[in-house]
Amino acid sequence: MFRLTAAAVSLALSLTLGLSRPAMADEQVTHFTLDNGMDVVVIEDHRAPVVVHMVWYRAGSADEPAGASGIAHFLEHLMFKRTETMESGEFSRTVARNGGQDNAFTSYDYTGYFQRVAADRLGLMMQMEADRMVNLRLDDAEIATEREVIIEERNQRVENSPAALFREQKDAVQYLNHRYGVPIIGWRHEMVSLDRDDALAFYERFYAPNNAILVVAGDVTPDEVRALAQEHYGPIPANPALPERLRPTEPPQTAERRITFRDARVAQPYVSRSYLAPERDSGAQDTAAALTILAEVLGSGTTSVMAEALQFDSQVATFTGAFYSGMSLDKTTFDVVVVPSEGVTLEEAEAAMDKVLAEFLTTGVDPEQLDRIKMQLRAAQIYARDNVDSIANRYGRALTQGLTVEDVQAWPDILQAVTADDVMAAARMVLDRRQAVTGWLMAEEVTQ
Amino acid sequence: MMRFILPLMLALAALPARAAIEIKEVVSPGGITAWLVEDHTIPFTALEVRFRGGASVELMDKRGATNLMTALLEEGAGEMDARAFARARDGLAASFRYSVSDDALSVSAQFLTENRDAAVDLLRQSLIQPRFDAEAIERVRAQVLSGLRSDEKNPQSIAARRFDGLIFGDHPYASSLDGTIETVSALTRDDLRAAHDATLARDRIYVSAVGDITEAELGTLLDKLLGDLPATGAALPGPADPVFPGGVDVVDFPTPQSVVLFGQPGVGQEDPDFFAAFILDHILGGGGFESRLMTEVREKRGLTYGIYTYLADRDHAQTWGGSVASANDRVAEAVDVIRAEWTRLQTEGVTAEELENAKTYLTGAYPLRFDGNGTIANIIVGMQMRGLPIDYAATRNDKVNAVTLEDVNRVAREVLDPAALSFVVVGQPEGLTGTSN
Repeated sequence: MFRLTAAAVSLALSLTLGLSRPAMADEQVTHFTLDNGMDVVVIEDHRAPVVVHMVWYRAGSADEPAGASGIAHFLEHLMFKRTETMESGEFSRTVARNGGQDNAFTSYDYTGYFQRVAADRLGLMMQMEADRMVNLRLDDAEIATEREVIIEERNQRVENSPAALFREQKDAVQYLNHRYGVPIIGWRHEMVSLDRDDALAFYERFYAPNNAILVVAGDVTPDEVRALAQEHYGPIPANPALPERLRPTEPPQTAERRITFRDARVAQPYVSRSYLAPERDSGAQDTAAALTILAEVLGSGTTSVMAEALQFDSQVATFTGAFYSGMSLDKTTFDVVVVPSEGVTLEEAEAAMDKVLAEFLTTGVDPEQLDRIKMQLRAAQIYARDNVDSIANRYGRALTQGLTVEDVQAWPDILQAVTADDVMAAARMVLDRRQAVTGWLMAEEVTQ
Repeated sequence: MMRFILPLMLALAALPARAAIEIKEVVSPGGITAWLVEDHTIPFTALEVRFRGGASVELMDKRGATNLMTALLEEGAGEMDARAFARARDGLAASFRYSVSDDALSVSAQFLTENRDAAVDLLRQSLIQPRFDAEAIERVRAQVLSGLRSDEKNPQSIAARRFDGLIFGDHPYASSLDGTIETVSALTRDDLRAAHDATLARDRIYVSAVGDITEAELGTLLDKLLGDLPATGAALPGPADPVFPGGVDVVDFPTPQSVVLFGQPGVGQEDPDFFAAFILDHILGGGGFESRLMTEVREKRGLTYGIYTYLADRDHAQTWGGSVASANDRVAEAVDVIRAEWTRLQTEGVTAEELENAKTYLTGAYPLRFDGNGTIANIIVGMQMRGLPIDYAATRNDKVNAVTLEDVNRVAREVLDPAALSFVVVGQPEGLTGTSN
């Protein structure tokens, strides 16, 4: 993660040329809802004869019952097994035989399934996806084997990576009461006993058209999608017992929390801090917009406040960064990280970081930097149009966390409206160590 | 959490192309050739520039010089130091990316139409007049060294280095282009200048552009951007002639899951049997969920999250590689299954149905890859480097379809080589000991 300079990307937009506002992103997006409550978003891009078909469920790891961590993700794997009409593996086999690719993903707030195929195969994809929304037939032997696969997945992603183990511990400390403190893939000791009943309970509770969002992007028209969606998804009844999505909320954090994680496999120690922070909410995205820009100001690239102070004006760090994404159903975090230079201790690195943050709170935002960032964000809208898959992802994700199509479309203008005062207000709100977790990742022996 | 992750593939021979896109060859007034796909839908251009040779033209006692030099291209140029360059770049709607591999130095740029000239001028300065300021060298060197120290404790990096060292002898491919802590620590500014002169030259340039730009505009751009580079660079290395010892090489590393790389000699795109081998690889391990190895190792036995194979057609070596990761107490079984499947495929070949399914997938998926300016630019610059004709897209699927069952099974018999199949295992595998020579 620290090889950023070897292939650094820069993304920016001109002030110096007196550049007028670039041609606005011209996304062709249509939104409607089927009678059974299934949301449908259509994004047109007719440059290539391709379509991406996605179904997103408003159900992720943070919706799991206590004691069954990892079941959302495990079910995602099992959705590729047998249904009433398809053999185990037939789904992916059929997609491949049609020249397409398919996969799925699970996060805290959603589970998604997608296929990328020639546009004329859209109906077949819908037929199969609608089938497994309600007709899954789970077999105990297959469950046992697939459970080994997710254990190996956890080995690969987490157990073999000290940085991932560190993050897992840090998240658990960050969230006292909310399920964001439990890893998406699950705690190993709970994963090993996940069974058919756990999977079916989650499936029957959450997999229904009134809990799903269909996103179709590519070489299609809204009318085609509407007709096909009504044919394939329309007949599936809504689940009247779908629970309201209420989760335990975090209590106010009033005491700073700290962890130190040691592992012999750590070669490069670093300090990482997360501050509890608000997310984007429908009709109320202003604070999240200010935090988004604050992260750019503080820790995105060579000209950011942290890089200037810790990598240029002094050589405390080899890497610095600040990160925030408001794409979350519930409270999220604002993160800062400093990777110290050789010979600099974590204690010194953290002190230097705190000094930069404190100085920033008194000196404020450089207006030229703010202008550059806003121009970059405008440019990003143009570049984003080159990748219809990522546009589809953006809408799908937003709708699973309670945002609307209108919220997504309003977001660029809300970002542009953020003032220097807004950024500083957000900074004063979020940069409070009493509502933060600070973590040190270190080698087993103290080598510094 | 994806259901599986596609591995980072080496420059694969699976070069796709699509008949529907129209590629034009543009020759600048100064004689620089580029391939262009004009598409005025979105007001930006994706530009890809490649310099053949990359890190393999450097001297091995200066290992890491090209990598460090490449990282420094954006750290100050012309009249601008690193921060001034960054601010200037932040004043343009451009994305510049510089990277280096064993076979090429790559520059990937995207810029808006409305300030194209200024973006290209800035990009030009980074390529032609990089400063290599002492401050920037030390700052970036520290980042590279930090990465090298991390690699020493990363099972993936350990495995890759061990495998390359095992098969490539004294060819540059045998060592990491990042260099070592010793060589990188010793690099001087003169070494970086020398690496720049050796790598960025007009005798090894390949260019593609896709998007909102005309032939005439591209011609002018090419001369402005690249015309002042030196005419010639350093000599390319000769063939790597990889040697596969067979057996298993174990690197002890305390981590719960063993990381495994495996491989044997490959088949290059210029080989008449390339498409047969390509289809064979798809059936063996290249085809994701549908491959035999994924079925046997993951789906039937739950031994791994993912297993993949790939034909790596590099400029100086053709290899057939693969990767898998399994818990220390299960990896021996995974290795056994891979060996058994390798032998089964070699002796029994594939079925007519498997061949048909592979062809359907490969020909159907082919046009779907051409779905954006950046993607297409990347694909067509790769076609040029591989020496493929400009109309390759129109004929590629025919070549896949022309492969017969006899072809595939003959290549399976002749090319698959279970005795040469070599494994590197990094971890603390139970029941596996090093057996390679």
